[in-house]
Amino acid sequence: MKKFFKDKNLFALYSLFVLFILGAAIFAPWLVPYDPFDAAMKDSMLAPSFEHLFGTDKLGRDCLSRILFGMQTSLMMTLSLVVIISGIGMMIGLISGCYGGKVDMVFMRIADMMLAFPGIVLAIAIAGMMGGNIFNTILALAVVSWTKYARLARSLTLKLRERDFIAAAITSGTRLRQIVWRHMLPNILPTIVVTAAMDIGTMMMELAGLSFLGFGAQPPTPEWGLMLNEGRQHIQTAPWLMIFPGTAILIIVTIFNLWGDSLRDIMDTQKIN
Amino acid sequence: MKKKEIMHRVIQLMITLVGVTFLTFCLTYLSPGDPVEMLLEVGDTIVSQETIAETRAQLGLDKPFHVQYIRWITGIAHGDMGLSYSAKMPVADRLWQCLPGTLSLAVSAIIIMLLISVPCGIISAVYRNHKIDYFIRGLSFLGISMPSFWVGLILLYIFGLKLGLFPIAGGVVSLDRIVLPAVTLAIAMSAKYTRQVRTAVLEELGQDYVVGARTRGIPMRKILWHHVLPNACLPLITLLGLSIGWLLGGVAVIEMVFSWPGLGKMAVHAIEMRDYPLVQGFVLWIALLYMGINLLVDISYTYLDPRLKKGGVQ
Repeated sequence: MKKFFKDKNLFALYSLFVLFILGAAIFAPWLVPYDPFDAAMKDSMLAPSFEHLFGTDKLGRDCLSRILFGMQTSLMMTLSLVVIISGIGMMIGLISGCYGGKVDMVFMRIADMMLAFPGIVLAIAIAGMMGGNIFNTILALAVVSWTKYARLARSLTLKLRERDFIAAAITSGTRLRQIVWRHMLPNILPTIVVTAAMDIGTMMMELAGLSFLGFGAQPPTPEWGLMLNEGRQHIQTAPWLMIFPGTAILIIVTIFNLWGDSLRDIMDTQKIN
Repeated sequence: MKKKEIMHRVIQLMITLVGVTFLTFCLTYLSPGDPVEMLLEVGDTIVSQETIAETRAQLGLDKPFHVQYIRWITGIAHGDMGLSYSAKMPVADRLWQCLPGTLSLAVSAIIIMLLISVPCGIISAVYRNHKIDYFIRGLSFLGISMPSFWVGLILLYIFGLKLGLFPIAGGVVSLDRIVLPAVTLAIAMSAKYTRQVRTAVLEELGQDYVVGARTRGIPMRKILWHHVLPNACLPLITLLGLSIGWLLGGVAVIEMVFSWPGLGKMAVHAIEMRDYPLVQGFVLWIALLYMGINLLVDISYTYLDPRLKKGGVQ
């Protein structure tokens, strides 16, 4: 019980951080000191100062403003990616687990195939070949990442099928569609949500990695991976261009990882209680 | 693993290969750029439509999809992976050229990773919930949350630029140039692997035989070295095989950061140049490498775990 309250407090604290990040991302347009797209060549590559806290880039754009706007881009990309893969994966897993047979076989063979291959290599190829833009990057990572959720949802569904209340629903003549929506889905959803929450940090880094390679967001979009790529070329003269966006990724990913872990912890305790 | 199982795995491997190559081949169709124009347009030269059509026919790019795919697959079966447009040489030769770079980097990263994560994981498990455990776990948490390419940039900045300990210009494979990229990859990998070592050792420490040995008065050190570690090795080898998958992908980004002449950097350039045969060849090679390594891992199990040799108890 004591552990539960401790876990819950931690979760509340990290949730507060997460809300803070989301708020900062949403209200970025009102928070930024300068226009992140506003190029002023006379301010090119200024070192951090009180006027420009994080310095300016090659085009004289304020780095702090770009990082805040980049948070919006990164979070939007990451959250939509995680929602897409967990949603699609869960549906496929549910269908596979409930209906079995040929549908199951086809989906699981595809999932096996993805497991037997380093996904990020394929994602680089897909994003690169389709042409770098935000949509294609999300698509590329979605193609290689949904299988994890499909497998998870399938195994959870198979376990649920053995339970008495499902047998009761079947014997009382409940339609299959209703069993899936009313009984299966609410039971597997918590595990899927926890897994998705713990995946946010990883996905954010993979998206940034693709952007860093030039296969993600394109200039002048403020995006952290892309900003690091631009900063890399000026590592000698303007190290702040790579220090700040990287630190931003580190902090945001750490917070989401901590939040995901603490969410898992309270869900686990609840299950035991 | 029995012969039959190995055969089964090899067949599965072939199916995966066909699927993955098919998918990459599809990409060339969805891709917006035209490789023929990329190939012919050097600088501002204007190429006539006839030349473009001629080259297209020469490369076989005017044929329907399935014809191209079958032609490519039969080519590979004969050891011919086609011609790279951008490097103007056979794809296989180009891949062989870049393989040593990636392999040397990957092997050194794995060695450094093992040197970091195995001791740290064991210490963390043995001194569970002590200060040192919290410290190691905190570090590995931090490591997981850092993008590897950023770690690479920071190391490059500190050790290459500020301290001048290592050359910053890449381009050739040499001992002093491999240190920074290898350490970068190792840091990212050991953050994950340390946790896995810790979990595996903890699991073994909780087994009944450990309690049994303790009650018979066998010193903890002896139990650890003679019983716990050999047993914990088995799951760790599987995980090592899996993390090689991450390594093969992660290496591309790190090679770009350090301009390291390997497969990853080659692939990124090939994608930028829309050099389809080279990209397809790269994906095929990575698939082969990864699946081959994991097959070897599974086969090695038979030798490491005598219980599996007779296909008996599990």
